Amino acid sequence: MNMETKHLETPLSASEVEKLHAGDNVTLTGYIYTGRDAAHKKMVDLLQKGENLPFDPKGQIIYFVGPTPAKPGQVIGSAGPTTSGRMNKYSPHMIAAGLKGMIGKGEMGPEVAEALQRHKGVYFVATGGAAALIAKRITESEVVAYEELGPEAVRRLKVVEFPMIVAQDCHGGNIYVEGVEKYKR
Amino acid sequence: MRNVNVELITESVKKLCMDANYYLGEDVVEAIEHAVGKEESPLGREILKQILENAEIAKSEQMPLCQDTGLAAIFVELGQEVHIEGGRFEDAIQEGVRQGYAEGYLRKSIVEDPLRRKNTGDNTPAVISTRVVSGDKVKITILPKGGGSENMSAIRMLKPSDGEEGVKSFVVETVRKAGGNPCPPIIVGVGIGGSFDKCAYLAKKALLRQVGSAHPDPYYAEMEKELLERVNNTGVGPQGLGGRITALAVHIEAHPCHIASLPAAVNTQCHSARHKEIVI
Ligand code: SF4
Repeated sequence: MNMETKHLETPLSASEVEKLHAGDNVTLTGYIYTGRDAAHKKMVDLLQKGENLPFDPKGQIIYFVGPTPAKPGQVIGSAGPTTSGRMNKYSPHMIAAGLKGMIGKGEMGPEVAEALQRHKGVYFVATGGAAALIAKRITESEVVAYEELGPEAVRRLKVVEFPMIVAQDCHGGNIYVEGVEKYKR
Repeated sequence: MRNVNVELITESVKKLCMDANYYLGEDVVEAIEHAVGKEESPLGREILKQILENAEIAKSEQMPLCQDTGLAAIFVELGQEVHIEGGRFEDAIQEGVRQGYAEGYLRKSIVEDPLRRKNTGDNTPAVISTRVVSGDKVKITILPKGGGSENMSAIRMLKPSDGEEGVKSFVVETVRKAGGNPCPPIIVGVGIGGSFDKCAYLAKKALLRQVGSAHPDPYYAEMEKELLERVNNTGVGPQGLGGRITALAVHIEAHPCHIASLPAAVNTQCHSARHKEIVI
């Protein structure tokens, strides 16, 4: 089997999200935002108080990552995905506010799967531990909020042909369930 | 008596921290290359190739293999003929970690209190396990351990009547439940016996072995082979997206235990299996 690769650009629209299915091999080009637990906690607090986020989430994608410090001359240090499950309780709020996708590693919970279906969102995975390879696909990095959080600050990244796989789609598809079912003995 | 100055210890640990995080061991690279040929899932093969390419990039650019440069787990075998001079031994190790993580541009991932969670800012303290052995050498091994795979580890106080199969199903269940979280393909460190704490230590120590090396006792070597097959039959596969290769190896370490006990521990290690050692 030869794998076809779909090329996506940010921002993502609902109709583009609908064309994606669990197991699709995709690349992403454009601007994305970063955030881990600490930043998500702050952002969801803002949403619950009815205040604005540090960036407009409409059509955007958040990458769950806490990179290593950049060496002089580097755009960013090693920057692979972190475990997404820790964002289970935050992501549904972000999706309801207009966020279209997340990138991380590991399965996300039922509350996220439900939000993906309801609001037409998608969850992608990048290869955990392929952090040096991924860093090479990041061409700009700028802190946009919570600088005090260090590696957990919210950054805006420009990515070019960032390699990902659709893990959980807006149709209820889930590669963690389907893939394992297919190969178990 | 042989004198070893603490400055040499600090220098060595600093270099180990950087080298371990930049260079994936040949044993791990070979195991992944071998896995590419055996993986049936096209997505799985793609992931394994990315992991190999990542190791190449990290090596040539001297950048961390993974952004989670881990908690520095340090194992020391201290020869009893060695006299440490110039300062405290453990302080020298911590200083080496501090310098290595700063100068190597490694991520600082340690909080000073488990509940109040303020980052210490320099990746110390390392977790140090020291054993006094014969001879006049100091052997230091570092295992930078990422949070993602450490979090999927488990320990269980089984009953002696649970026996071999009890241990085996506990291992397989732990891997299945972990799914994609510990970044498979993983290396499964298994501790059997000892006490509650010793068993967890054994599981971690098992990760220091060359990937795929067999246990010297044929009984345990056989069990490692069987467990590897069963773990790979879960279908979890690379990154948990389904496939043949869930683990690259299963390493078991066993130890005598109490007549009423059968402790078993599983320490999961991601494919970013970084360990480096030096003998001073
Ligand atoms: S589990 Fe290992 S490879 Fe995955 S993110 Fe953590 S340290 Fe990196």
